[in-house]
Amino acid sequence: MGIRTIHASVITEAVAAMCIEANCVLPQDVLAYLKQCRDEEPWQVARETLDVIIQNDELAASAKVPLCQDTGMACIFIAVGQDVHIEGGLLEDAVNAGARKGYTQGYLRKSMVADPLRRENTKTNEPALITTRIVAGDSIHIALAPKGGGAENMGRIGMLKPADGVEGVKKFVFEALRQAGPNPCPPTVVGVGIGGNFDHVADLAKRALVRPFSMPNPDPFYAKLEQELLEEVNKLGIGPAGFGGKTTAIAVHIEQMATHIACLPVAVNLNCHAARHAEVTL
Amino acid sequence: MASASETRHIEGRLDISTRESLHAGDAILYTGTVYTARDAAHARFVAALDRGEILPFDIDGAIIYYAGPAPAQPGQVIGSCGPTSSYRMDPFAPRLLDLGLAAMIGKGIRSPEVVEAIRRNKAVYFAAIGGAAAVIAQSVRSAEVIAYEDLGTEAVRKLEVVEMPLTVAIDSTGANIYEIGPKAYLGSHSEENR
Repeated sequence: MGIRTIHASVITEAVAAMCIEANCVLPQDVLAYLKQCRDEEPWQVARETLDVIIQNDELAASAKVPLCQDTGMACIFIAVGQDVHIEGGLLEDAVNAGARKGYTQGYLRKSMVADPLRRENTKTNEPALITTRIVAGDSIHIALAPKGGGAENMGRIGMLKPADGVEGVKKFVFEALRQAGPNPCPPTVVGVGIGGNFDHVADLAKRALVRPFSMPNPDPFYAKLEQELLEEVNKLGIGPAGFGGKTTAIAVHIEQMATHIACLPVAVNLNCHAARHAEVTL
Repeated sequence: MASASETRHIEGRLDISTRESLHAGDAILYTGTVYTARDAAHARFVAALDRGEILPFDIDGAIIYYAGPAPAQPGQVIGSCGPTSSYRMDPFAPRLLDLGLAAMIGKGIRSPEVVEAIRRNKAVYFAAIGGAAAVIAQSVRSAEVIAYEDLGTEAVRKLEVVEMPLTVAIDSTGANIYEIGPKAYLGSHSEENR
């Protein structure tokens, strides 16, 4: 296979367009799940709250305005084919230029501070939070998930014992949702990472949020665990906006990987009901 | 708990008797003035008070909305502007409530200290639906930055709102929708959940 050349400006334009699209138009599969949850919700206040959320998402898409004022950190997952050559600039610079352009031209909120303790807003929403992997092929795949602060703050990492097993993981996820209560803007999408180490498990949990709703975990053991966790979490009674009801979570997605003989890392990363997502292959 | 059909309209200043008439779970539509302030603005409020300075608006009887709006598009009064999580303002809220702050609008849990300050001052904490930012923006008729413009989205804005949809989250007695609501649901669906 020969080397394919992709210009940095193509990456910048793609990221800019995705920032605007993702923040204004909720993916169809997420909206469909929200409507299904609304139809299956037995509690009146919860149905009314879901109606407002659905109305909001349809209004945002038709008026091309952000679903939520928190247009988030631009979390960007890039898979670069190893037969790609990028010319005209650095990959990360091209992505950041795209985020700057999208957030500025799209009237999206600039929510990033340059330093965690001195806290001066960068006024451009840079930097994007970029995770890059090298993969086979001669294309670049870019997934964008604008991530709000409210749900992000309710994330948890636990370094469990191997003996804690499936029950330990279930308890950890349930407790994370219980403690989060109304704060992460339920109904949430629950991203669960299991395995790896301290840092990889967090990445797994976040990647789990980007997986399309129509795709359960390909391993039937974990697909079943996803269903069990969703049922457990929806017994909490927190409900939409935390006002009470069945629909505390819309979906649970698990990503797992190998780990050490001594370790059972687990991470929970929550996404609010505005589970925004866009992707492109260049 | 109130359903949409029982929604009550409330206008203007929230005097003590109005606040006392509101109960956790009530759905209301508020028309009047609210001031946006979130993390960075609250830090500045407290620093100003520590220096003996006055706040950028009269806190006595005021309503603070924990929100940082998206920028207005051409022709818009304001961009999408839903609530942010309130607990981050908990370290500052009791001091402002003791100075006469009538109400806060946000989302999510408050600390026991804030609940006690709400009760002590017969104040009220309203929840707006997190993420319903495009819908909420439609109730904003005017928006003006009145302080801390350098903070961008975190600047203090004076908003005139018409029929802003809110739920009473914590009332002047300390009753709390985040406890009452889930409990009521679980109580009525206990068989399904056994």
